[in-house]
Amino acid sequence: MKYLCLIYNDEREMGTMPRPDGEKMMAEYSEFTESIKKSGHYKGGDALQPTTTATTVRVRQSKVSTTDGPFAETKEQLGGFYMIDAKDLNDAIQVASRIPGAKTGSVEVRPVRVFA
Amino acid sequence: MTDERVRERIDEVYRSDSRRVLATLIRLLGDFDLAEEAMHDAFAAALEAWTRDGVPANPRAWLVSTGRFKAIDRLRRGARFDAAVDEIARSIEAAVPPDVDDEGVGLEDDRLRLIFTCCHPALGADARIALTLREVCGLETEQIAHAFLTSPPTLAQRIVRAKTKIRDAGIPYQVPAREDLSSRLDAVLHVIYLVFNEGYSASAGDTLTRPDLSGEAIRLGRLLVELLPEPEAIGLLALMLLHDARRAARTSPDGELVLLDAQDRTLWNRAQISEGVALVERALSSRRAGPYSLQAAVAALHAEARDAATTDWPQIVGLYDVLLRLDASPVVELNRAAAIAMRDGPAAGLALIDAILARGDLADYHLAFSAKADLCRRLGRTADAIAAYERALALTTQAPERRFIERRLAELRSRA
Repeated sequence: MKYLCLIYNDEREMGTMPRPDGEKMMAEYSEFTESIKKSGHYKGGDALQPTTTATTVRVRQSKVSTTDGPFAETKEQLGGFYMIDAKDLNDAIQVASRIPGAKTGSVEVRPVRVFA
Repeated sequence: MTDERVRERIDEVYRSDSRRVLATLIRLLGDFDLAEEAMHDAFAAALEAWTRDGVPANPRAWLVSTGRFKAIDRLRRGARFDAAVDEIARSIEAAVPPDVDDEGVGLEDDRLRLIFTCCHPALGADARIALTLREVCGLETEQIAHAFLTSPPTLAQRIVRAKTKIRDAGIPYQVPAREDLSSRLDAVLHVIYLVFNEGYSASAGDTLTRPDLSGEAIRLGRLLVELLPEPEAIGLLALMLLHDARRAARTSPDGELVLLDAQDRTLWNRAQISEGVALVERALSSRRAGPYSLQAAVAALHAEARDAATTDWPQIVGLYDVLLRLDASPVVELNRAAAIAMRDGPAAGLALIDAILARGDLADYHLAFSAKADLCRRLGRTADAIAAYERALALTTQAPERRFIERRLAELRSRA
């Protein structure tokens, strides 16, 4: 089954992180990505620019409206994701628990819907 | 064999084995609802087949294999328009047929699989309880709704959602791997403990206890110990047996609450206490005893004491000390404070309770204020006792507990 792992972190904390800590985190992420490529779980994944760069788009009565930033004020913001292929939810949780961001923020594991 | 005899035998097998049959069918069919229908089809088919051919040597195996064929039939009948379902039917048919002929082997694993799946931490706490009582214990939705004071439609929806999540999120039908076993077992024990607590001290309503729920929790605890005799599973079973042994003494004939120190100890269930004490010893001797075993050890000391005065309070305090190191929580601190009050006098206990409340912990916990009120009462601090009982009363929703507090308040007010 395919699962999308959505990584939520406090992006202000991420932004003000001292340089050595940032480098350490990057190293942890590349090591993790490497390990799930090797185990065959990895299908894709990326880090995102902060929500200050986000634009929200809506269409109402055929009119496009765009607004600055994400919709809701939350403590943690979506900062990156992995698409993984896992045997079942237990396997997916096992992978998600090793994502470095899970230690400071949280990872939402969502099964990908398959349309018959 | 006569119809009547066969019918009786089928009822008997249903009571003793329907959950085992269901657990195996869920594994073979990969779907809770399909398995449930298949099981009912199999029991329905048994009436005709067993009357004609006699009761098979291994009724359980017969029911599993009949249920499996019925499910394939059912899928096929519905599959004329749906290639995907036909594919499922084909894969079930192609799967290794069940080896249920060797008595028991594999089947017990299925019951463990069922327990761990129903108590999977990815399901909400309410859903775990509802699903466990429905699938593992075989209670009807109406019974569960009644026990938890919810409406049957709400509860039915909770169960449907949980099954949907199991299917769509890919929660596997598995006993967890060794490295996850201890944390996953905790989740199972917690579900059993919550069911027991709701039965032992109903969170709201007219009666103090709901013996049907504590009985169900004890049955679950026994099943778990039989399937997976881990120390904490044994400890939880001991804890439930020891608490439940006092049930008859906890309420007066007119349904009023009787506290531990005032209970008629001749009403305690001695057989259940000996069983509980033996289990506590077994759990503690594993040297891997956890919070449930330690709480059971406390309950065992109470159960073995002649009265409150001769209870081994120093050892109870010692057990709470260990428990706090293992699993610190304000409720454990409160229990320890109550034991200190018995060992060193009410003033010492009260100081500890005041410290817990001053931190803001347990500000909504009626038992914290009841305990404080009782110690103030014993110290002759009537005004403080009244204030604390009033706070406790405002936080209590259960009728017998409310009446108990009201009686205490009336006594104190007449004294003030």
